Amino acid sequence: MTALLDWGWPLGVFTLEQLPFVRAYNNPTTSELIGAGAASLVVLGGLAVLVILTWFGWWRPLWRNWLTSTDHKRIGIMYIVLSLVMLSRGVIEGALMRTQQATGLNSGFLTPDHFSQLFSTHGTIMIFFVAMPFVAGLINYVMPLQIGARDMSFPVMNQISLGLTAVGAVLVMISLVLGQFSTGGWTAYPPYTGKVFSPGVGPDYWIWSVAIAGIGSTLTGINFAVTIYKERAPGMHLFRMPLFTWTALCAAILLIFALPPLTVSTLMLALDRYLGFHFFTNDLGGNLMNYANLFWLFGHPEVYLLVLPAFGVFSEVIATYSGKRLYGYASLVYATMAISVLSFTVWLHHFFTMGQGANVNIAFGIATMVIAIPTGVKVYDWMATMFRGRIRFSVPMVYATGFLILFVIGGLSGVILANPTIDYQVHNSVFLVAHFHNVLIPGVLYGMLAGYHYWFPKAFGFRLSEGWGYVTATLWIFGFAFTFFPLYVAGLLGMPRRSVSFSDPSFQPLMLIAVFGAVLIMGALAALVVQLFVSIRNRKVLAVPLGDPWNGRTLEWATSSPPPEYNFAIIPTVTSRDMFALDKARGTAFEASQNYKDIVLPKNTAIGMIVSIGGTGLGLALVWQIWWLALVCVTGMLIALIGDTFRKDVHRVIPAADVAREHKEWLKKIADAKPVNRLEEATPHNTGFAAQEDAQ
Amino acid sequence: MTDKCHPGINLGIRHGEAHQHAEKVMFGFWVFLMSDLVLFGVIFATYVTTVTPMGIAGGPGPADVFDLKSVFIQTMLLLTSSLTFGIATLMLRHEKGIRNIVLWLCVTLGLGLGFLTLELRDFATMFASGAVPSRSGFLSAFFALVPLHGLHVAAGAIWIVVMLAQVAIFGLIPMVKTRLLRLALFWHFLDVIWIAIFSIVYLGGLA
Repeated sequence: MTALLDWGWPLGVFTLEQLPFVRAYNNPTTSELIGAGAASLVVLGGLAVLVILTWFGWWRPLWRNWLTSTDHKRIGIMYIVLSLVMLSRGVIEGALMRTQQATGLNSGFLTPDHFSQLFSTHGTIMIFFVAMPFVAGLINYVMPLQIGARDMSFPVMNQISLGLTAVGAVLVMISLVLGQFSTGGWTAYPPYTGKVFSPGVGPDYWIWSVAIAGIGSTLTGINFAVTIYKERAPGMHLFRMPLFTWTALCAAILLIFALPPLTVSTLMLALDRYLGFHFFTNDLGGNLMNYANLFWLFGHPEVYLLVLPAFGVFSEVIATYSGKRLYGYASLVYATMAISVLSFTVWLHHFFTMGQGANVNIAFGIATMVIAIPTGVKVYDWMATMFRGRIRFSVPMVYATGFLILFVIGGLSGVILANPTIDYQVHNSVFLVAHFHNVLIPGVLYGMLAGYHYWFPKAFGFRLSEGWGYVTATLWIFGFAFTFFPLYVAGLLGMPRRSVSFSDPSFQPLMLIAVFGAVLIMGALAALVVQLFVSIRNRKVLAVPLGDPWNGRTLEWATSSPPPEYNFAIIPTVTSRDMFALDKARGTAFEASQNYKDIVLPKNTAIGMIVSIGGTGLGLALVWQIWWLALVCVTGMLIALIGDTFRKDVHRVIPAADVAREHKEWLKKIADAKPVNRLEEATPHNTGFAAQEDAQ
Repeated sequence: MTDKCHPGINLGIRHGEAHQHAEKVMFGFWVFLMSDLVLFGVIFATYVTTVTPMGIAGGPGPADVFDLKSVFIQTMLLLTSSLTFGIATLMLRHEKGIRNIVLWLCVTLGLGLGFLTLELRDFATMFASGAVPSRSGFLSAFFALVPLHGLHVAAGAIWIVVMLAQVAIFGLIPMVKTRLLRLALFWHFLDVIWIAIFSIVYLGGLA
């Protein structure tokens, strides 16, 4: 409370010793030098972006076309850019941890404190700022196109959600330069993260980055759900929606119900730390079990809200590249819904060993095992979709194959862990680390990368390089296997997770295999960057402007690439599942209309950026207890948000004549184009107009 | 277009664009309230676990700090304010004119501010008697739950002021009408939460 009254030093509890450069100068150990190096990377990276933007004069287009845009497609792309930037940091941190443990027999080069920061930021970043924005970005881009909508229900709120997510990511990045991040893991269990045991600013960085991003995610969930319920094209019944949209709906429902417990648990932890409350302290009636329950009441649905959209991507990818309609559509929908509901009934399996009775543990253990059933249904459906299909083994299919094999292994190790008696043996060991990476990497990450490769030509009008795609996918698959399968063994041998070093020499060979895997994963990340670079350079050869490079089946392919900002010149009428495939088979997919109408779209607005900048300021002010800045930011954001509701003139109109002209130009290009058959899909002949020789 | 396009009081077909537009925004607001309800739900769950000897930790318990008379008056004020907001909504639906709508909104605002005043007075009394949140787990949970509801009421009061301004500036344009409908839902929602607080925290605590 003294800081509340102390207005003399304007920067709260911030001192120069909080800068990693100063720390490294005072104490030049390897660990501190790595910290200072990472901080310099952030600073230099930020400066480089500023210089590039200024040099090429990109500030104005960036502001006008992107940062103030309310177009769901641009917002989706920005989510994915954020995710990929954060992915590179998360992967480097993972590789650093593997290197530490490879040399970790009785020593290593990192201090325990630095290692703890690494696993805390790695987990926080990978879940909240890689997986979440990737999923949100993909759904943002694809879902409105799949249901034949012009935009999300609430485009401005969509922009604000992105802004709030970005605040969280920026705070985690800033923590590299100013002060230190939490050492309490991505779950930040109190009482360790309470003021008594963690008096520094680390847990505060965690709290505010997660809490602010979490509010953005809640709003995103509301937006997705309302869009799917209210913006579907005429005739698009729920059971005619593409499966990716179904999984988006389930993810949205999970966001709406599961994010509030996270908000509550983080804010309660903040009250404990800032105002001396006793929610989770050891004394005066605090109870850390409340935190464990609240956090995992969020945390378990969270993993399903990440993996379900990935299942949705695989459903689309496998159907498209098998040239067949999806097998068992209804069973996939029911399985998705069943998983969504069950995901709220299993949270306790994250702490079987924390003192419940055996009967409670068994109930949650059985509930956990039951989830394997709908998931198994899905795996069989995907395999049956491929059965007797004309499969093209393109890059997303490589990811899908890797996913099917590896995810089943990860799922089975989950069923093993669901048995409380076994969990007692391996809990808190690297067996668990192996398990959840085994579901998250092949499940979520491969799914997102498959989706990235699959929909990239839709978003930018040119395909990604297939060759580099195969390299990337293969490296991810083998990199994963080499990194994490040894951890299963080490876990069974008793190696505890989150330990900076170990004393049992029998772990050493396993750690060396794992670090080899980490090298492959670093290669995969590099290959991903190279693929993007090469593809942009060859974009003329790879161009697919006509919009349908893979002979797609759903509505997102029924428009040009990139789509016009209003998505569809005429909102499609839907009479069946896989509507675009049906239209193409009937020869009615590309027809002009007699009846073009004016299209009303929301105007650009800066409110998302204002909230984003204000939120970042607020987060920093709270972390460093700079109360005047917190007051300024809160007041500023409130005034801006309320002021924004006084804007009456929020729409602009695209005249029917312009819509008609653009549409007819595209149709003419299609009429003149030579259709490409599936064997030539990966060649320059592919301009995005698919031949129909094998339609079914 | 039907006469009823969302749960709750509908504007009706004769309001044209405002009625049509309400379907989407009202549905969205119901979804938001659902999420907010989960938020309150988990705080209630936390609170219930702290009304125990361990949670009270030798500090003042419910019987020592709650003033049922004051809380009952607050309850009456808030429930009446919901009634008056209901009247304001009916005035809007039946096009009884801006004056009537503004009048009933002002009455609602006054009752809401009365509720907040009494609630703050209760908190001040508790603080003065040493019943501060840092005293025990029970008081921590109490001061997370009940003031959070109060914060919602304060937000609702600010929202009423903003809407009064917008009614004055824009008149009853569709945008203003659907916002008033959403504000009404929000205000009634706070009543529902308060009934749970009154029953579980106050009556349950003193029973």
